[in-house]
Amino acid sequence: MNALIPGLLVLASLLALAALAVARAARWRAGRAAAVDAVAGLLAMPGRYLHDVHDAVLRDPVGRAKAGDTGRAAARMHMLTAGGFIAATALILAVHLFALGGVVLAWLLLAFLALMSAGLLRLYARRKPEVSPRLSRGGFDRLPYAFTAFIVFFAIATLPAAGLIAPFSWASLGGLALLALGAWACIELYVGMGYGPLKHALNGVLHLAFHPRPARFGATTPDSALQPLPATAERLGVEQPRDFAWNRLLAFDACVQCGRCEAACPAFAAGLPLNPKKLIQDLVAASGTHGSDLGYSGSPYPQRPVGSAHGAIDKPIIGSGAMIHPDTLWACTTCRACVYECPMMIEHVDAVVDLRRFQTLELGATPNKAPAVLEELKATDTVCGRPTSARLDWAADLRLPLLAEVEHTEALLWIGEGGFDMRNQRTLRALVKLLREAGIEPAVLGAEELDCGDVARRLGDEKTFEALARRNIATLNGYAGRFARIVTADPHVLQVLGREYPALGGYYSVVHHSTLLAELIEAGRLKPAADDSGRRVTFHDPCYLGRYNGEVSAPRRVLKGIGIKVVEMNRSGMRSSCCGWGGGSTFTDVPGKRRIPDVRMDHVRETGAELVAVACPNCAVMLEGVVQPRADVADLAELLLAAVEAGK
Amino acid sequence: MALDIAVLVSVGRHPASARNRRAVLDARALELALNVPGANIHLIHAGDADEPALREYLGMGVERLSVLGVPAHADVLPVLVAHLKALRPALVLCGAAAEQGAGSGELPYRLAAALGMPIVPAVAGFELHGGRAQLAQALPRGRRRGVEAALPVLLSVDRAAPEPRQSAYARAQRGQIERIAVPAAPLWQPPGEEQPARKRPKRLKLISGSGAERMRAAQGAAASAGKGQLLVQPEPAAAAQAIYDYLLSEGILRG
Repeated sequence: MNALIPGLLVLASLLALAALAVARAARWRAGRAAAVDAVAGLLAMPGRYLHDVHDAVLRDPVGRAKAGDTGRAAARMHMLTAGGFIAATALILAVHLFALGGVVLAWLLLAFLALMSAGLLRLYARRKPEVSPRLSRGGFDRLPYAFTAFIVFFAIATLPAAGLIAPFSWASLGGLALLALGAWACIELYVGMGYGPLKHALNGVLHLAFHPRPARFGATTPDSALQPLPATAERLGVEQPRDFAWNRLLAFDACVQCGRCEAACPAFAAGLPLNPKKLIQDLVAASGTHGSDLGYSGSPYPQRPVGSAHGAIDKPIIGSGAMIHPDTLWACTTCRACVYECPMMIEHVDAVVDLRRFQTLELGATPNKAPAVLEELKATDTVCGRPTSARLDWAADLRLPLLAEVEHTEALLWIGEGGFDMRNQRTLRALVKLLREAGIEPAVLGAEELDCGDVARRLGDEKTFEALARRNIATLNGYAGRFARIVTADPHVLQVLGREYPALGGYYSVVHHSTLLAELIEAGRLKPAADDSGRRVTFHDPCYLGRYNGEVSAPRRVLKGIGIKVVEMNRSGMRSSCCGWGGGSTFTDVPGKRRIPDVRMDHVRETGAELVAVACPNCAVMLEGVVQPRADVADLAELLLAAVEAGK
Repeated sequence: MALDIAVLVSVGRHPASARNRRAVLDARALELALNVPGANIHLIHAGDADEPALREYLGMGVERLSVLGVPAHADVLPVLVAHLKALRPALVLCGAAAEQGAGSGELPYRLAAALGMPIVPAVAGFELHGGRAQLAQALPRGRRRGVEAALPVLLSVDRAAPEPRQSAYARAQRGQIERIAVPAAPLWQPPGEEQPARKRPKRLKLISGSGAERMRAAQGAAASAGKGQLLVQPEPAAAAQAIYDYLLSEGILRG
């Protein structure tokens, strides 16, 4: 009996964990049904863990507040601690419960405990003496001690089996104290996997297997298209936690509170009341029978206290007295920085859009100027409320042919909302001239071009999005075969036409102007002169081009073609920081301590650049709205046109 | 006892796209009614019950819209009078003028006359106290006038009233449209032909003189007629006194 105690401790803890896991699964099952290929998911899970999760963990967190807080350190810590822990668990059961393996397995167990100690040192380094502000405290702060206790207890308990000391009895003062320590460690580590910080281990594995977006794993471009509304729901969008699909509830529960999302969130950085980590934790807390954020130990939503939010699985999530304040929901720019950083593969933006759908479609509670924008979209098919026939007013002298008047065009130019804006008309003019310079005569839809629906969809108005999309698709399909591809200077159009129309039956080849211009330069169809001004230039990646469409090389190839060497910002490429426009946030306009574009312009200033190149009409407007002194803002097309004209 | 409020709504028309929508003024009338606690709102339209734009009013949070089935180009006045006489609401709210059709703005007056109710035009807001309504009437240039009226009263709502709430899709779809058959109404003959309004170029008045003079002329007489007083780097006390005197003279502060 005496020798069985350590093994029984682990066995009992594992049984308790199993009971907790069943209870937890009941919470998830309260969610809506979801089509999940469980077998394929379980088979794919190890690959997803070893590739996708590993890649995400290995990236250094944004804005590291502490030396040594690297992705590599986090990966090693997990590999050693978790790997050692799993192997040690199996060996503890073998050695202590079934007395298998004799001295050999006992020594092997000691070796894995030593491996865990190596990981534990990294865990201490991560949490002592100070902790990065992005990390949560609470139970996480106890983990180093619990692992220490675990290693000490099982090492001593294994010494007799390894033949190093004589068997001893637990029934002594020292033995009982040691036993108490071991029991506490087993509760924290095994049972805690059902409710505590370590639940990310178990839930994370299940989440990887039953992920709501299995297509994102191993994909060459991001799986970023928003998903349509479920056809058979009693409510449109999500009002209560149980309105989420069950595997979304599981996804929230996988959150490890590492705060990488928080560190990358542009709204959090500008002091808007949003913290993606707390958003997910609030959704977890609200998924029980009585939830509150009292147990939350990370950074709050800026400007908001912690501890006053309450929710339940069948209570509304959004409300000024509920779990999440509406300002938090509407502060999100849908930039996907959190999704890209999250090592647990959580889809924050999907959750935000689902919550917004209920607010907009069921409650009519879209804040500030957003309802007016949605009303104009319904009545005029444009965000600004002007007739679509006015979209080309700026191009009267360019005599752009309508697609209806030409047999075929290589490039159907999708103008977008930028056509109504004087700043972006300059970009569009430059783009038209460049295309003609390269021998491409673009055609346009003219008054037939309606808004693509990006703003409506991100504001949760799925019905207006669908109506616009279906009409655009009918128009484009009517011209099938008469255009080779659609060219746009707006990455939001690229996303919606290229990636979100297919779900509604519109399949088109859509390219961003940066991609096309890079091609034209490389094919020698555009011959820009090398820029010899010697000015420092940086490039701001639009979220909807980089993180949504995976295109970060084409804009740089264009700049390289002009002979500009880009001075990169700390946050660039897939890890670019949002300008603050996306997700309709210029219309919902939630106040923060600063404006998001001001934060981004600070990143530009850090590089010392005199010019920031942009590739999105909305980024151009946001960054140009930053007060002087600041870097100049120019679209790639404007820069390239100047270089091409200089080359003549 | 719940107060009966009849809100008369029409089909609006967006000036840029000419597409049907909820009418700007009628939606404001409904918004005012929705803000009366415990009111029993009767939402009424005379026209085509199948017009989709009507659902936008339901999306503001009213469960039912009664449509008096009047054919296009029929005179809506007699059917509205008959319906409202039977309903006997304490308050009738409507926009000041329709956005299409005749849109003359006469309907509220004719309706009030036929119902024997007083009418208060250009209402921007109201509160009810007992059997009386305290009204804020919109005057030009953002001014307001307090008016009091005994119920029942007909109020025509001005653009200065609060913006209407968002129309929610789901509520619009779930709301019910009640079709009410009405006796054949006489057709309304538009006086003359309808055609889109043509913007006429403004006649430019040539002003010669300094830049400041031309700017003043461009801003119109109102801006130049100001009896303002220019203080250059005044003492703080003198500046405060000037502001105080101004606020007194405008009646914003009472001395």
